[in-house]
Amino acid sequence: MTRYIKKALADIRSNRFLNLITIVTISLSILVVSLFLLFFENASRVIEGWNQGGRAMIYLESAFSEEMLPDLEARIKSLGEVEEMRFISKSQALERLKNEMAGNTGFFETLKENPLPHALEIRMKTHGDLQQMTAFAKKIADLEMVESVEYGQGWLARFLKIFSLFRITGYAMCGLFLLIALFITANTVRLAFYSRRLEIEIMRLVGATEGFIKTPFYVEGLFQGFLGGILGLLILLGAFFAVSSGISQNLSAYVYLDIRFLSVKAMGILILASTFLGWFGCYLSLKQILK
Amino acid sequence: MDRDENLFVMKIMNLNSSKHAIIRLFNVTMRYGAKLALNDVSVDIQPGEFIFISGPSGAGKSTLLKVLYLAEKVSEGQILINGMNLARISPAKLPLLRRRFGMVFQDFKLIPGRTVFENVALVLEVSGEKPSYIRKKVMHVLRTTGMEKKANALPLTLSGGEQQRVAVARAVVGDPDIILADEPTGSLDQASAKLVLDFLMAYHQKGATILLASHNLHLLESMVRGRNIVLDQGQLVKTSTLL
Repeated sequence: MTRYIKKALADIRSNRFLNLITIVTISLSILVVSLFLLFFENASRVIEGWNQGGRAMIYLESAFSEEMLPDLEARIKSLGEVEEMRFISKSQALERLKNEMAGNTGFFETLKENPLPHALEIRMKTHGDLQQMTAFAKKIADLEMVESVEYGQGWLARFLKIFSLFRITGYAMCGLFLLIALFITANTVRLAFYSRRLEIEIMRLVGATEGFIKTPFYVEGLFQGFLGGILGLLILLGAFFAVSSGISQNLSAYVYLDIRFLSVKAMGILILASTFLGWFGCYLSLKQILK
Repeated sequence: MDRDENLFVMKIMNLNSSKHAIIRLFNVTMRYGAKLALNDVSVDIQPGEFIFISGPSGAGKSTLLKVLYLAEKVSEGQILINGMNLARISPAKLPLLRRRFGMVFQDFKLIPGRTVFENVALVLEVSGEKPSYIRKKVMHVLRTTGMEKKANALPLTLSGGEQQRVAVARAVVGDPDIILADEPTGSLDQASAKLVLDFLMAYHQKGATILLASHNLHLLESMVRGRNIVLDQGQLVKTSTLL
């Protein structure tokens, strides 16, 4: 294997320009893909924050009295999906409102009775899937003594739909860029193969097996993919540090933002994917040439 | 003897000598489209023979060598090498067959981007020999061909004669049983051609079978002892002994 690695490195050195173009192309494709990944990872986390970790408020009917609480709690718990549940009585709710409105408490003096309903604040176990949340909220809403359930579904649903569309477009773009990188890698191998046609012909004449001839090309493809992946991530890392602090400073006052770089797992997957890309481009090309 | 009688005598000779033949050709025909490059060629070659294949340009000399190392597949007929039928060799076994041959070409076929040492070492590398053995063996062969001092030179910096000596070194480094040389002196001056033939003869003295295709009969006649096979328009028209 050492011999093949040495040979592949020598070939990369002798075809520097061609190899550089391939590595840069792979790195740009990986950059685009990882940029999307970075965006989706962070956007998902931010949306998760907006979604308040699956919190929902169950507003109870005016006929509800605190004696009914154990029974209602038991019925809600029996539906599963509830991680945490807290009862907020109408008086507690009014206190909370007064505290939140601080200086404008004059309005409350005019109230003859507390208009707020009793409520239950719950935290759902699965809160990433809006469909699941909606179905669960409907089940609760159907229970006796439950007036309504609120979990910010209106605007969040619309946003998630747009986000989901954006995610699909992102996947398509990633696929397209990876395909471009694949074709360019395959083409580079083809050019390298043709530029070494005499060498390969001579190798065959002196009894080289197809494995002996092809292995350095595969090693070269793996190197190109690996280096392309590393380079793409390094460019992204540089750009991330340059841009992320500015975004956080400017927007954190208005919205909840927690921007982080790609996880180690995602980076590992990207490098593996780009290494595979280099190998696969080589495989496709050699398969076609040697057919 | 007319041409038909000659062919008949040759076939009888082949039958009598076929028992220990290292190479046997049975009615080998090779077509390129409508053109017959080899036409019903049958010949037996004994181990250790020096076979000189002569004839005018386009007679089928190179084609005869090509069908032996399976660069081309015959259209009709059979070829046996050490009893092994070439028609039945799988693509996976082809490299093993080629390792039994040493090959020398008119255009040298050296890899321009590799040094003299690397070009010669390639034969042993493809056989999976250890680097220490390769180094020792290659340097030994380069010494015998007088190319030791040029081990690190690139082929294109060498003269034609030197390049062909490297090609001969590459042909013999794997200790093959058979050497196939296609016009090895074709592009060389008299002195270089003589040097290359001397190396081939020296290797032949060690017991190797050599098939050398050339149109340079005069040079060969003065140096080579062996059998001369004359081809014309793809047919084997005459065999004679060079003394």
